This record gives sequence, structure tokens and C-alpha cells, in this order.
Amino acid sequence: MTTYVLRRIGVGVGLVLLVLTLIFLALHLVPGDPAMLLLSQGDGGSATPDAVARVREQLGLDQPLLTQYWQFLSGALTGDLGESFRNGQAVSEAIGERLPRTLELVGLATLIAVVVGVPWGALAARKGGWFDSVTSVLTSIGVALPVFVFGSLLVLLFSLELGLLPAGGFTEWGDDPGRHAQLLIMPAIALAVGFASTIARMTRSAVLEMLHQDWVRTARSLGLSRRTVFRKYVLRNSLNPVVTTVGIGVGTLLGSTVLVEKVFSYPGLSSLLVDAVTARDYPVVQGVVITIAVLFVSINIIVDVLYGVLDPRVRR
Amino acid sequence: MRRRLAHALTPLRLAALVYVGLMLLVLVAAPLLAPADPLSQDVADRLASPGGAHVLGTDELGRDILSRIIYGARVELLIALGATLVSMLLGTLLGLLGGYFGGIVEVITMRVVVDVLLAFPPIILVLLAVTLRGPGTGTLIAAMGVLFAPTFARIAYGQVISVKRLEFVEAATAFGAPTRTRLFGVILPNISAPLIVQVSLTIATAILLESGLSYLGLGVVPPTPSWGSMVAQGQRYLSSDPHVLLVPGAFVVLTILAFGLVGDALRSGLDPKSRSNR
Repeated sequence: MTTYVLRRIGVGVGLVLLVLTLIFLALHLVPGDPAMLLLSQGDGGSATPDAVARVREQLGLDQPLLTQYWQFLSGALTGDLGESFRNGQAVSEAIGERLPRTLELVGLATLIAVVVGVPWGALAARKGGWFDSVTSVLTSIGVALPVFVFGSLLVLLFSLELGLLPAGGFTEWGDDPGRHAQLLIMPAIALAVGFASTIARMTRSAVLEMLHQDWVRTARSLGLSRRTVFRKYVLRNSLNPVVTTVGIGVGTLLGSTVLVEKVFSYPGLSSLLVDAVTARDYPVVQGVVITIAVLFVSINIIVDVLYGVLDPRVRR
Repeated sequence: MRRRLAHALTPLRLAALVYVGLMLLVLVAAPLLAPADPLSQDVADRLASPGGAHVLGTDELGRDILSRIIYGARVELLIALGATLVSMLLGTLLGLLGGYFGGIVEVITMRVVVDVLLAFPPIILVLLAVTLRGPGTGTLIAAMGVLFAPTFARIAYGQVISVKRLEFVEAATAFGAPTRTRLFGVILPNISAPLIVQVSLTIATAILLESGLSYLGLGVVPPTPSWGSMVAQGQRYLSSDPHVLLVPGAFVVLTILAFGLVGDALRSGLDPKSRSNR
């Protein structure tokens, strides 16, 4: 088990290095001078030479390529992600402030999606019939529903029509826990709906596959009740592929927060990213992209390790 | 064959197919189909509800929503089809090479390129590209094309691995067919079914992603109408005139659903193994 975990972490570290290299290269592979590109406003007008020189210096573009690469890598690994073009704030500081809010949102959404999705899918597989058909239709819609459309519908219903929840914003937990929770619930549900649908579908097909295994018949013939077989064996064995789905899905959720935070004016990591992209504040964009990619890779490692715990066969 | 076709085409899927056909018609004939210029403003008839002179109503500048939907569909499809084409070509090539040659080629194509691209949530990489290149159709097609390539690469890779030791490939080798012919003339036609299914699903994903970016104001550049930016615009009039948001929102959902259903139909039509896909 230790070897398995260590090997998995080793692969993850390698992947992170490659990811950092790709992000570094992105700036240099784009045709044209990156400094000019970042300053152009799309109207074809060219920036003043002074401004270009300043951007080049801030991004270290005046240094030899290998020096830049080394500085970029060592900076990224020690948490020094440079400074914002707009306000000179350290990028790591801005991320440190926003990240916990986004993680809280993603965490809650994942919890909702798992708690709803797994029993829903299992029930659909077990009951079959009309319930299964309805599930199939609803999950298809759930997967196709863009978060920004569903989020807006939630605002329309719960804020504007019913007046039950505030339409958006953010309050620190320390300032007002009740309002903090109120502001968190709708974005979390908006994020969770597609994910819950995916989990439900995955659980359903995994359970259906398990129900047709020979050992299920054996267990039944040994006199175990249908209920016991289902609860103790079928469900437990169906969860392995579901764990993988959840792992991949959490990463996708990190991406979807970009849209959800916009719908609900939620000042998390993703809205920092979107503002920075709009203002073409490259250091901030780069810092957030690195953070999200590293998180994504880490989540995948955790999922793989968890998979190894659940299913000893994968450990090899 | 006929029976398989009948099985693949449930009424729902047939409806989806018709819808997709209509969308493709819009792609070539938007100016003929749209009742009005999507940019002309009818100030006297601002925020009109659906059902009057403007079938789907007007937005806050008095622009005809149906016309904007039609022109938006054209942009939406152009980007989705472009990105899908790029990713299909790129991904299939990566997967073919990696699966066929193995060894170092496999490490570079499947481990380095594909795994690194999969280490990002999709929208994040596109945002990086948009920061560098600025928003616009070209940036989106290129960025999404690269981004969706891994899925095609993985499918092609798995398929190549499973067929490359089969007799018909060995026979081609024995007859002295050059590597290029074996790859593109013998193997590719035999592994194309799952790739074709993936095309439809990728188009749906691309539309989802593009509408999200346009919603953020980072996709298609205004004043070109796009469904995502129409939704964003509608948010400001949500309480008084929800149709400004609901109409484009519904089209995004319907289109994604339709391409997904067509993908399902293609799967059960093309892949004999998944007869019962429900």
C-alpha cells in the first residue's frame, strides 16, 4: 500500500512539473510579443514603448529563457506567484484570501451531489420501471443544463418570486453565520445539480452491473434476503467506479465555479480569475490557473489512493 | 441493418436529429431565416413579450430575440464544429501514433500531452488562452480544439491497441503495406465508429463551454449575438422581463440535449455491442 501511495504521489509531482512547464510555455508559444499582446486592446492600436518595456520587465521577459523558466518554477514551488499588474498586490495573497471561499462552495456542492446522486442512482437501478425512466430523463436534463442558466432560474424562483434567499453576494462566517449560509446554499445547489445527475447515472449503471454478477445469485441461494444482499454487498461493490466519477467531477466543479460565482456575485477564486482575464492581468491569471491545476492533480491523487483502499486489486 | 436503425431511432432521438438538422440549416441560411436584422433596434418596442410582432419578444434595446437566437446559433455552431474538427484530427492522430508505435511515442503522446491537458478543468485553459490572445472566434476554436483532443486521443488509443494485433492488420503488413497505409487506410476506418459518436458529444460540450464563456463576456465579441451573452444580458431584467433570459437559456439546453441524444443514437446505430444502451 505504501509503495502504491508513493508511486501515485511521484506521478502527481511529475504531472505538476509538466503542467507548470505548459503554463510557462503558453506565454512564449503564442505568436507575437507577449507584452504587446497583453497590452493590445483588440483595436489594433499599439501600446507605448514605455508600457511594453515595463510589462516585459515585470514578467521577466528581458531575461534569457532558461533563467525565466527557473525563476518561474522556483517561484511557483515556493508560493511566489508575482504581483498583480493592476494593483501590485502579491498574487499569492489574493489567492489566499479567495481560495477558502471557493473550496467551501465546491465542498458543499460535492456533499450535496453525493448525498443526492448515490441513493438516487441506486434506487433507480433497484426499482426500475417508471422511476428509472423518470430518472433517465431528469439526469439527461441535469447534465445538459448549464450552471449559469440553472443558477439564474434559482435566483428567479427563490429570490425574486418567493423572496426566500438573497440573490447573491458574500458575508464572512465570522460576521454573520446565518447570512453566510444563506448566501452559500443557492450557488452550491446550482453547482451540484449537474454533478448529482452524473453521479446518479454512474451509480445506476454500476449497480445494474453488480446485480447481474454470479455472486449475487450465490448469496441469494445461501438464504440472504434481497435487501441484505443489496445493502451489504451490491451497493458497496458498486461504489468503486462512483469514487472515480466523483474525483473527476470535483475537478470539473472547480472549473464551473467560474460561472456560478459570476451568477451569484460570489467573490471567490474564480471571480478573481474572470476579473483578471477581463483586465488581462496576466500574473493573476497565471497564479490562479496554477493553483487550480495543482488542486486538480492533488484531488486525482487522493481519489486514486482512495480507490486503492476500496479495491485492493488496483494496488498490484 | 434496418432493425438496428429502428432500434437506434427512438421518437425522442428522431426529434433530436430533426432539431440538429434545423440548426445546420441555420448555419448556412441564417440571413434567409431570421425575420429581422439581429442588430437593428426597435426602440419603440423595447422588452416586448413573446407573441406579438416579435415572435420571441425583444431585448432591452428593442432587438428581435428570434433573429438574435438564429444568428447566435450560427456563431455557436461555427465555433463548436470548428473546435470539434480540430480536436478530432489532433486527438485521433495522437491516439493512433501512441497506440500503434508504443514505447517513447506512447509516453510523449498519451502521458505527456494528453495527461497534462487533462490536468486542467477545461474552462480554465481556455481562459488562459483568452487572456493572451483576447476573446474571439479564432481563439475559441483553437483553444477548445486543443482542449478536447485528449478525449479523442484516449478513444483512438484504446481502439488501436485492441485491433493492431488482429489478422487484417497483420495481413496488410504481410502484403507490404507501408506504415502510413496501415495506420490511415487499414486501422483508422476500423476504429472510426466510437470516434464518430464522440464528435456529437464533443459538439454538445463545446456549446456548453462557449455559451459559458460568452456569458462571462469572454467568448464571442459583441455586437455579434451569442446565446451566452444574451443570458447575461437577460439577468438584469430577470424580475420584470424573464423572457430575455429564458429564451436563449432554453435554446442552450435544447441544443446540448439534442446533440447528446444524436450521440446516443449514433452509438446504438454504429456499435453492435451496445444494443441495449439503456
